[in-house]
Amino acid sequence: MLEFELSPSNDTRSGFGAGLLEAGKKNNEVVALCADLTGSLKMDAFQKAFPERFFQMGIAEANMMGVAAGLTIGGKIPFTGTFANFSTGRVYDQIRQSIAYSHKNVKICASHAGLTLGEDGATHQILEDIGMMSMLPGMTVINPCDYNQTKAATMAIAEMEGPVYLRFGRPKVTNFTAPDHQFEIGKAWHIHAGSHVSIIATGHLVWPAVEAARQLEAEGITVDLINIHTIKPLDEAAIVASAKKTGKVITCEEHNIIGGLGSRVAQTLAQHHPCPIHFIGVNDSFGESGTPDQLMTKYGLDAKSIYQAAKNMM
Amino acid sequence: MSKSVVELQQIASQVRRDIVRMVHAVNSGHPGGSLGCTDFLVALYFNQMNHNPSQWDMNGKGQDLFFLSNGHISPVWYSVLARSGYFPVAELATFRKLNTRLQGHPTTHEHLEGIRIASGSLGQGLSAAIGAASAKKLNGDNSLVYVLQGDGELQEGQVWEAAMYAAHNKVDNVIAAVDFNGQQIDGSTEQVLSLGNLQAKWEAFGWKVFNTNGNDMTALNTTIAEAKAAAGKGQPIVILLTTSMGKGVDFMEGTHKWHGVAPNDEELSRALAQLEETLGDY
Repeated sequence: MLEFELSPSNDTRSGFGAGLLEAGKKNNEVVALCADLTGSLKMDAFQKAFPERFFQMGIAEANMMGVAAGLTIGGKIPFTGTFANFSTGRVYDQIRQSIAYSHKNVKICASHAGLTLGEDGATHQILEDIGMMSMLPGMTVINPCDYNQTKAATMAIAEMEGPVYLRFGRPKVTNFTAPDHQFEIGKAWHIHAGSHVSIIATGHLVWPAVEAARQLEAEGITVDLINIHTIKPLDEAAIVASAKKTGKVITCEEHNIIGGLGSRVAQTLAQHHPCPIHFIGVNDSFGESGTPDQLMTKYGLDAKSIYQAAKNMM
Repeated sequence: MSKSVVELQQIASQVRRDIVRMVHAVNSGHPGGSLGCTDFLVALYFNQMNHNPSQWDMNGKGQDLFFLSNGHISPVWYSVLARSGYFPVAELATFRKLNTRLQGHPTTHEHLEGIRIASGSLGQGLSAAIGAASAKKLNGDNSLVYVLQGDGELQEGQVWEAAMYAAHNKVDNVIAAVDFNGQQIDGSTEQVLSLGNLQAKWEAFGWKVFNTNGNDMTALNTTIAEAKAAAGKGQPIVILLTTSMGKGVDFMEGTHKWHGVAPNDEELSRALAQLEETLGDY
C-alpha cells in the first residue's frame, strides 16, 4: 500500500555523492571530474578517498566533457559533476560529438536541476535538460526521486557500458525508497496498483504523487502509481499496461512539459493505447527566484495539483 | 628513424594523390588543409609514433595515440591510416559514399580502425587528447598522445580551457600541433579573426612551444624528435607547423579557396601530373 518505511530526509545530490564513493570503492576505473562545484555536488568524499582519481576542472565545462571522453579511451569510467544547466545546455555539442556519437562511457551527473534550485532563479533552473539529453541517440537518461534511489542509480550506472545522463537536485526531500533499493535501469517501479487513474511520476514529483494518491484513495479513487526513474530507455510496457487498466493518465515532472516525461508518455500512448493525459510540469516557461516550496506551488508541481488533476479527470 | 626522408616524401606524394582523387570522386571534401598537413601526418605515422596498426584497439595501451581535432581534413588521415595498415587501401574509394566507414568527418560510429573519437565540430580534440593522456598516466603507460588542430580552430574557446587545464595539471605526455596555414573558410585568419602572436599565447598558457616548417620532412623529423624529448618534463608541448594550404598542387597552394572545394576532371589531371604515384593508386 502507500505506506513506506522512511529514511531521514536528504537531498538527492547527497545520494549521488554516497553512490559515487561506493562505485569508486568497487571499481578502480571509476574517476570523477568536477567543474568547481565539489561541495555542491557532494563529491568531496570521493575526492578525499581517491585524490589521484579526482580531477578538478575549474569553471570549464566544455573541456570537462572532452577530457571525460578522452579518459574512457584508457578504460576509465568518468563521472562528471556540475549543475544540470552547465551539464547539458552549455555543453550540448561536446556531449553530442565527443560522448554520444562517439559512444563514450561517460556518466554526466547533474545536480540542482529544475525549479527546486530555488533562489538563484531561472538562469540556473534548467527545465529543458531531459529533453535535450533524451534526443541524443544512445543516451540513457535517469531522474531518480530521493536519496536512496539516487545512490542506487549512481552505483548502477557505473556497472553499465555507455553514456548516461543522471539528473538530481538540491533540496532535502522525503526519502521513502528502501535503503537496499534494487535499481534496475529502464524498469519502472510500480509503487501502487489501482484502477481509476494512472499517475506516472519522476524525480522530485514522485513523493507529491504519493501524497496525492493517498488523498484520492481516501476518497475511493484508486491510483495506479508508477515511478519512471529511467526516462530513456522508457519502460513502455509498464506505461501501456497501466493506461489499459485505467484509461486516464497523469504525468508529473519537474521539467518543461515539452520534451520531458510527459512527451515521452504521450508519444508511447498515442501509438499503443490513446487515452486522455494530463501533464503536470512547467508549461513552456522559465522559472524564477523563490524557495523551492513556493516555486513548486506557484507552478503547480505539488500534491494538490496532482490531486486536482485526477479529480478533474473522473 | 625507420624511414629515410626520401622514403617519407614518396609516401607523402602518394597520400596527396589519394587526397585529390578521393575528393574528386565525390565532388566534396576538404583538399586544402589535407594537402597542407600531409607531411606532418606522414612523419608521425611512418616515423615518429610508436604504434602497431595490426594490434589496434580503442584503448591503445602501450601505444602512442593520435587525435585529429580538425576533422574536416579527414582525407589525409584516412589515406595515412590506410597506407600504414589500419584498414585496406581499397576502402579509400568509399570515402563519403553511402554506407561507408569513411564518413565526411571521422567517427568511431562505423568502427573504422585508427579512430578513437568523432571530430568535425571544432575545438574538442585537445580536451579528448588530454583525457586520454591523463588515463595513460593513471595506467602507468609512458606512451604519448598527439593531437592536430587547425589554426582557425583556435578561435574556439574550448581550446583555451583545455590549454589552461593541461598546463595547470602538468599533462606533459601530450604533444599538440597547430596547422598554422593562416587560412580559414572566409579568408585569411588575419582578416577573419586575428590569432595574434600564437607562440606568445601558448607560452602564456604555460606550454612549451616548438616552431617548424610543416612542409619540410627533414625539419619535421627534427622538431617532432625534439618535442618527444621534451615530454615528461612537467609541461605540455605544442608544435606550430607553418604550412601552406594546398601544398603539393600548385594551383591549390596558399589560398583558402580550396578549403572545401573538390577539383573537377581537368583540375584533377593537372594535380595528379604534379604528384608521383609511388605506392600505387587505390
